[in-house]
Amino acid sequence: MLPSWFNRWNEENPTNVYGPAILIGALGGAVFLAIMVVVFGQPAATSSLQTGPRGQGMSVTEFNSDLATPDPDIELVYENEPYVPDGSEALAKDIYQNVQVLGDLTEDNFDRLMGAMTEWIAPEEGCAYCHGDGDVETYGEDALYTKVVARRMIQMTQNINENWSGHVNANKEVGVTCFTCHRGQHVPSEIWFNIVPVNEASAGWSANQNRATVLSQSTSLPSDALEKYLLGYETIGVHDYESRVANEPGDPLIQNAERTYSLMNYFSNSLGRNCVLCHNTRAFYDAEQVTPQWGTASLGIGMVQEMNNDYLVPLQDVYPETRLGPVHGDAPKAACKTCHKGYQQPLQGTNVIKDWPELATTGAPVYE
Amino acid sequence: MVELVVGNANLAKSDGDVIMIEYQNIFTQVQVRGPAEMGVDNENNMMSERIGTPGFSNLAGWLGNAQLGPVYLGWTGVISLATGLLWFNIVGLNMLAQVGWSIPEFLRQFFWLALEPPGPEWGLRMPPLDQGGWYLISSLFLLVSVCTWWLRTYLLAQQHKMGKHVAWAFASAIWLFLVLGLFRPVLMGSWSEAVPYGIFPHLDWTTAFSIRYGNLYYNPFHALSIVFLYGSVLLFAMHGATILAVTRFGGDRELEQIYDRGTASERAALFWRWTMGFNATMEGIHRWAWWFAVLTPITGGIGILLTGTVVDNWFIWAQEHYFAPMYDGSYGYENYGSYESFIGQED
Repeated sequence: MLPSWFNRWNEENPTNVYGPAILIGALGGAVFLAIMVVVFGQPAATSSLQTGPRGQGMSVTEFNSDLATPDPDIELVYENEPYVPDGSEALAKDIYQNVQVLGDLTEDNFDRLMGAMTEWIAPEEGCAYCHGDGDVETYGEDALYTKVVARRMIQMTQNINENWSGHVNANKEVGVTCFTCHRGQHVPSEIWFNIVPVNEASAGWSANQNRATVLSQSTSLPSDALEKYLLGYETIGVHDYESRVANEPGDPLIQNAERTYSLMNYFSNSLGRNCVLCHNTRAFYDAEQVTPQWGTASLGIGMVQEMNNDYLVPLQDVYPETRLGPVHGDAPKAACKTCHKGYQQPLQGTNVIKDWPELATTGAPVYE
Repeated sequence: MVELVVGNANLAKSDGDVIMIEYQNIFTQVQVRGPAEMGVDNENNMMSERIGTPGFSNLAGWLGNAQLGPVYLGWTGVISLATGLLWFNIVGLNMLAQVGWSIPEFLRQFFWLALEPPGPEWGLRMPPLDQGGWYLISSLFLLVSVCTWWLRTYLLAQQHKMGKHVAWAFASAIWLFLVLGLFRPVLMGSWSEAVPYGIFPHLDWTTAFSIRYGNLYYNPFHALSIVFLYGSVLLFAMHGATILAVTRFGGDRELEQIYDRGTASERAALFWRWTMGFNATMEGIHRWAWWFAVLTPITGGIGILLTGTVVDNWFIWAQEHYFAPMYDGSYGYENYGSYESFIGQED
């Protein structure tokens, strides 16, 4: 194929081309890549948000491509401005039967909110999901469990917006509506159930950990962190606050540290953030070295405890069996990820409450 | 009858212009083979306690000596292997029981599974088998296994009329092992302080231990242990590189070079003296390496033993001893930029 003079010349001039070829190829390739990066920029460029004093490495980093993509659910936020009543309208409690919450709304606003709830929770089934297939006259009945649950959830939403404003409106007005958790689904994603013991043939400390589970965030850490800290009221305490202390019964143990680590891991995954959004990791415990987000998160812990204990768990007997936990048949519970869904602020801080003053207070709504 | 097994045809290049650099390859390319080396049949009758017919393996030869066996077992070897196997099986069967004796699940979850020590409520008492009892029983077997293996290194060195350097180096590792699993739990009054037997779970323990006691990086003995660990790595790299570099002058015959210093030693010494003004000696470098390696677990063990018994929060301890700086509290949050600007939603 090649001309004979070429083959002859090659035979007469044997050269080891492989050694230099590899060297020159590797060096040349590295130089080429370096030039490309300098000319066209870093292909996976990142940005970071400083969260602590300089020199601490306290920052939150994300790919620019991720930052440029807003949470797709923001598009689905349902907006419908309230009708400002002039005071002469009849109220829902006078028009409809069995209105235990939202009775102080005018008919327009009541129907507006009912319509929004179907968008948020049952866009396919509409009114029938809670009120059944009967005529409008039967809508007052509490025949379906969904209606009983929905009523309690409205109360829960009002309570969160009114009494936990420090968490849900920490930096600006954001608030929560049904959509914050439900996102168009009957049952919100990222709810949780008790699952310990996770191991067979063991009990106690051996039985609650060392399995890749949803609640351990696929780590080998304990799977009972949410149960202990966000349903129970176990103190999140890991450290001694002096360099040398006498050991007392009830002092935090390595086991408390492991369970807390599991909880913190859950926090991180729920918000898509790392430890240093809230902590200076060289001294996790030190209240003088935490960031403002630590205070917001602490309020969130109290809020979730109240949601679970006062609202969600008491609905245990209302739910049909299919809605209960797979292991213990317990009521579904909420925690950070149920609202946050992987974002530092749910729906990236979109103000969802502005059109729904009815959900912002446990009392009569204030229209402006 | 000597047979040369040459792994690479161009072992020595005859053309002259290209020099093969043998030690760019991690494998030994020339395997010299004679009759199996049986060792000395001395008055201690060691031969009667050696078992196995020696064989040869090319694969072993690439990494080290091609001869495999015979093995001296002895009573220490028998006890150590038997108790070690018991520990291994107790841990493995417990893991298997935890996944309901499902082999696929055992393989899938293997890195997550563990045999955990008893919970804190048991203190130093013996808990039921499924709550840490198996852990304590298996730990006893592991203790016997490790200690008889140590005795084996000591006795074999004695029989060979060697120094006991290997045994004492191993003892330094056993010191750390005993601190973690025996001395510190006893001082703390609870077996729950011991380390679980599992791949990820023992790492969980390590992290939790550090965080619980206010960040172990501020424990000066932890710092010393890291110095010796990284120092060992550095010394190993320097020494290995030096010997390989002077092997062409006979430097790999290190013992001969110690008592009869030749050009290999001279060149190695000059290289380091001219590079950094100081050089170890052919014998002294091995004392450097031995002490660095041995001090790694010794200092580490001291650091662990002090944690929770003497010092409960290393970060605060470090601040009190001017080992970690204090902040003045001026965080300057107002300059940090907001979440809204970070996600590009600033109005």
